[in-house]
Amino acid sequence: MAERLPKLAVHKFASCDGCQLTLLDCEDELLAVAGAIQIANFAEASREIIEGPYDLTLVEGSVSTPHDLERIKEIREESKVLIAIGACATAGGIQALRNARDVEEFTRYVYATPDYIDTLAESTPISDHVKVDLELRGCPISKAQLLETVVAFLNGRNPILPTYSVCMECKRRGNPCVMIAQGVPCLGPVTQAGCGAICPAYNRGCYGCFGPMESPNTTALGDQWMEMGVDSRTVSDAFHFFNNYADAFRKAGDMYADR
Amino acid sequence: MPTGNGVRSINVDYLARVEGEGSMKVKIRDGEVEIAEFGIFEPPRFYEAFMRGRLHTEAPDITARICGICPVAYQMSSSHAMEQVMGITVGGQLRELRRLLYCGEWIESHVLHAAMLHAPDFLGYESAIHMAADHRETVELVLKLKKVGNDIMALLAGREIHPINARVGGWYKVPTEAQLQTLVEDLVWAKDAAMALVSWTASLPMPQLEQDYELVCLSHPDEYPLTEGRMVSSKGIDIDISEYLDVFQEIHAERSNALQSVIKGKGAYLVGPLARYSLNYEKLTPDARKAAESAGLGATCFNPFQSIIVRAVETVYAVDEALRIIDGYEMPDEPAVRYEVKAGVGHGASEAPRGTLYHRYEVGSDGRIIDAHIMPPTAQNQLSIEEDLLAVIRDNIDLPDDQLQWKLEQSIRNYDPCISCATHFLDLKVDRG
Repeated sequence: MAERLPKLAVHKFASCDGCQLTLLDCEDELLAVAGAIQIANFAEASREIIEGPYDLTLVEGSVSTPHDLERIKEIREESKVLIAIGACATAGGIQALRNARDVEEFTRYVYATPDYIDTLAESTPISDHVKVDLELRGCPISKAQLLETVVAFLNGRNPILPTYSVCMECKRRGNPCVMIAQGVPCLGPVTQAGCGAICPAYNRGCYGCFGPMESPNTTALGDQWMEMGVDSRTVSDAFHFFNNYADAFRKAGDMYADR
Repeated sequence: MPTGNGVRSINVDYLARVEGEGSMKVKIRDGEVEIAEFGIFEPPRFYEAFMRGRLHTEAPDITARICGICPVAYQMSSSHAMEQVMGITVGGQLRELRRLLYCGEWIESHVLHAAMLHAPDFLGYESAIHMAADHRETVELVLKLKKVGNDIMALLAGREIHPINARVGGWYKVPTEAQLQTLVEDLVWAKDAAMALVSWTASLPMPQLEQDYELVCLSHPDEYPLTEGRMVSSKGIDIDISEYLDVFQEIHAERSNALQSVIKGKGAYLVGPLARYSLNYEKLTPDARKAAESAGLGATCFNPFQSIIVRAVETVYAVDEALRIIDGYEMPDEPAVRYEVKAGVGHGASEAPRGTLYHRYEVGSDGRIIDAHIMPPTAQNQLSIEEDLLAVIRDNIDLPDDQLQWKLEQSIRNYDPCISCATHFLDLKVDRG
């Protein structure tokens, strides 16, 4: 008898499906991954649901309904290792822009029959509700980081994930600094690496998909943007984007909104 | 008990192999269908609400996040709408590059859906991974083909999911001719692979069902529709996209507790591959038409199950079109059309892999969004999906419950439904079961 393969579960909360799609986008590796780990509960890919407990669970999306509040607890109970993947799961996602706003008004604006809408006032990350063993940042996550994480799990080691800024990736890639060379506002100096510095490579400023780096100096950067002629509302919006509810970006966005 | 009297209930709480959280509920009493619902319980994310006040330039990046499977569709429809507000047109090579990016998304999304999410239904496998045990070569081929689509998006726009290079007015950076040429070798291979995919999908056991759809899609005088055109239908609609909301509307159907799109005064309609194919057949490339013909398709197709073949045919088209664009490409001097910010209303519609995606925005003189309205394809198809369920139950009423259930799931997957997209316009009721 072959050794039992570890069991993988993939769950979706409020999200766009892009982060779980990243797994199916590993075209060169997918069949190898499926040979090393049993895809036991992954509705986007398979009808078959093999009962838990699961050795590794990936959770995409933010918690935003009363039902999901219960569901995440059940998922945690049946998971040995739980990894939150992507900006929705790690920071509440773009939909967290509704936090601290009037959700009832939002509901009336979007839906003709608001009574049917069952929603929480806030869209929150998975770690606000259950213990999360690891977070993969990004909107979307990086394919390379996902594979590194799965391989590390299978080998019983910690994955190697950077906590430094996008600036390091720009230097490595040989990108000229878009702020200095082109006068383009960029969130790279305060954003965690992982994307490969793609925006600066395409002559645009980083817009913060991977959320705040460890100890970001958001004020120094925001003030620099304003010196470049960006108004405070636009600085605030930049922080209040796909990782708007991540602590450092939320505070920075709030501060510039009040200027 | 498959036939006779009594009540049969078939409930699928969480539909597999679709994008997003959907369910199916069927109730048959004494051989008559009482309920046939395609339900939505995806949590609402309120895009239209929180976009108000944001800069119009952010719309392509924000709306891309509505759907990780078809972000390019959102980027294109929103960019076109904003360009209409600003009074500019993106033409020439900048426009060709947009079509190229869209070809990448079509290849990736169509192959993912047809071969990996839908085909397992026809052959009785739970998933593509299960299918790979017996059809390893086919699965390897389609994974490689899917990757060619992703490679186009990664090269042209930085990454395949939520690409970063498209903007209102064009691009942040355009590729050199030499960069695009690096795609050619794989695309030439992909052409053969896509032709093989057509043959393979045509060899699948095919349920017979003909539905009297009103087919709706974009139509362009010179091109198979991708980024723009007029809205046309198989039953006489022919309008500018600015008239979209005059002709199509959402109604509240009590039977499903959901807002469903209808043609005003008529009812259900169908967007997506069958509509594009049947209304634009003559604009396919000769090889795409040849592939369709050898697969046994006529110039129109009204069998929803055959959408899997049509997706493969459109993949052939997308590969041909990508090669044509690269062959004629000359790097433009400017990556984007410049414009002065204006206030106004703009409309954009483009053909997402699963059907027409319409956007409408009102923008203020400060360049910030005042009002946003998005009509995604799956919301527009919801009524047709439910009408198909009725027909499939009628034709398969003698099947045991588990087989009927699977057949019904397959018929929902005919639509490549994207429920993450659809939640903007559908009421939801969270089933606390």
